[in-house]
Amino acid sequence: MNKFVLENLHVKYSDGVEALKGVSLEIPAKSITVLFGPAGGGKSTLLRTLNRLNDLSDVTEVSGRVAMFNSDSSATDLLNPRLDVIALRRRVAMVFARPIVLPMTIRENLTYGLTLAGERSTIRLHEAVERSLQQAALWDEVKDRLDEPAISLSGGQQQRLCLARSLALDPEVILLDEPTSGLDPISTTKVEASLQEIKMNYTVILVPHSIQQAARTADQAAFILQGQLIEQADGKELFLNPRDKRTQDYIEGRFG
Amino acid sequence: MASTTKTNSARRNSIQTIGFSGLTLLAILTVLPILFIVVYIFVKGISAISVEFLTGFPSNGMRSGGIWPAILGTVLLTFGTAICAVPIGIAAAIYLSEYAPDNRWTRLIRISIVNLAGIPSVVYGLFGLGIFVLSLQMGTSILAASLTLGIMTLPVVISTSEEALRAVPQSFRVVSRSLGGTQWQAIRRIVLPQSVSGILTGVILGLERAAGETAPILFTGAAFYLPTLPSSALDETMALPYHLYVISTQVPGMPSDIQFGTALVLLVLVLGLNLLATIIRSRARRRRMW
Repeated sequence: MNKFVLENLHVKYSDGVEALKGVSLEIPAKSITVLFGPAGGGKSTLLRTLNRLNDLSDVTEVSGRVAMFNSDSSATDLLNPRLDVIALRRRVAMVFARPIVLPMTIRENLTYGLTLAGERSTIRLHEAVERSLQQAALWDEVKDRLDEPAISLSGGQQQRLCLARSLALDPEVILLDEPTSGLDPISTTKVEASLQEIKMNYTVILVPHSIQQAARTADQAAFILQGQLIEQADGKELFLNPRDKRTQDYIEGRFG
Repeated sequence: MASTTKTNSARRNSIQTIGFSGLTLLAILTVLPILFIVVYIFVKGISAISVEFLTGFPSNGMRSGGIWPAILGTVLLTFGTAICAVPIGIAAAIYLSEYAPDNRWTRLIRISIVNLAGIPSVVYGLFGLGIFVLSLQMGTSILAASLTLGIMTLPVVISTSEEALRAVPQSFRVVSRSLGGTQWQAIRRIVLPQSVSGILTGVILGLERAAGETAPILFTGAAFYLPTLPSSALDETMALPYHLYVISTQVPGMPSDIQFGTALVLLVLVLGLNLLATIIRSRARRRRMW
């Protein structure tokens, strides 16, 4: 079952750069889809189309079709200018490359999104805190210091807190834009392990920070080069038997 | 070869020493005047300070008695200035920092603010006389003087507040939006709490300047001498800076300890506000979570 279907997606920035040049892609629900390729190829732009965070940058032209399928299998048109982007972002959460913890306590970071949505019940908020920290494999490390400033955590813990903060909203989709690029190997392993856990219930779309990570985590992989989708396949297949010469060259480290 | 390097580094070191000493000397030179002014005013004025001086009315043609009406007047004018300048100033700063697109209109606003900051204070005084006192028929009053001081204070409040708002990392705003927040929620829940100390510092520095100004209130609300305290915002008031000017230049046979005593009170008031700003800033820096 697909979560997203993209058809001929074009995205152009105000400086004239065409970040995406007609990408068509299907992203299945409840699995990890990896978007990989050299830097500047449009992967982040693609991610930010899915939660309309591109609205905040100077994107001038978007065309094509991007559909998100809801639980009742109706489809939402994500490019609709009148779409309620606030509601969308609660369903499609995002983790950024740098751990950006908000200037508040650990607990407040986790409840921030829910309180924005108007949640006041301390019981439900606390449930969300514990559940999301468990999902991000951070509960045991921080359960006794929830009211300390989030900035006091280590970098790896901060990034898992950011993952937990997204999960606290109980979204349908988690977008991760090179979430482990600044992390040590142990923290990276922990993040990857929680992704394997949460993919049972969430659609995970990951821009990996290395080909190795792409190969380790992918259920499906899509190779994106200079704004174009070169090929898409089930994870292991793409890395073992790439069909396109450019994919093969990239995987074998001949460029990028 | 080795010896050349050595003499070279010895020479560089001595140049460095000379440079540092020179800069230190210049830094000390900037501290000296303020230190000298404070000590001088303190020594010459402290003998005048008494409870009677601080809480009494002037008597004997202001040559004796106290300066309470002037102290109260300056406090009232400072509050009035705050009421006029702070809400508008902070709102303008939020608009410029968070909402304003980069276009001709925004540039016009910015240029206006910069120019507003450059206008001499006596021009504000004349402007206040023309607009508030005469055209709007407020008369010379606390209201007219506060509005005049308020306009003069606006650019300071706006630019320091905007700077404080911009110092909050952009990434916090993006994260807040990505978690399903509106732009205003990001401002109210993250940007403002994180910049409130910077904003407060700017507000205090602006008010401090207003408290010490003479020219803007000269034609708009300050009185030479009043036998009673003002009872409404439409009354005139005495004020410390103007009172100081009056007793220093307009009253023959004025005892100098009263002049310096008045100067000391004004100085303590203004430096006290400054100290408050410094304390707020350093406390906020310690509590900052980024």
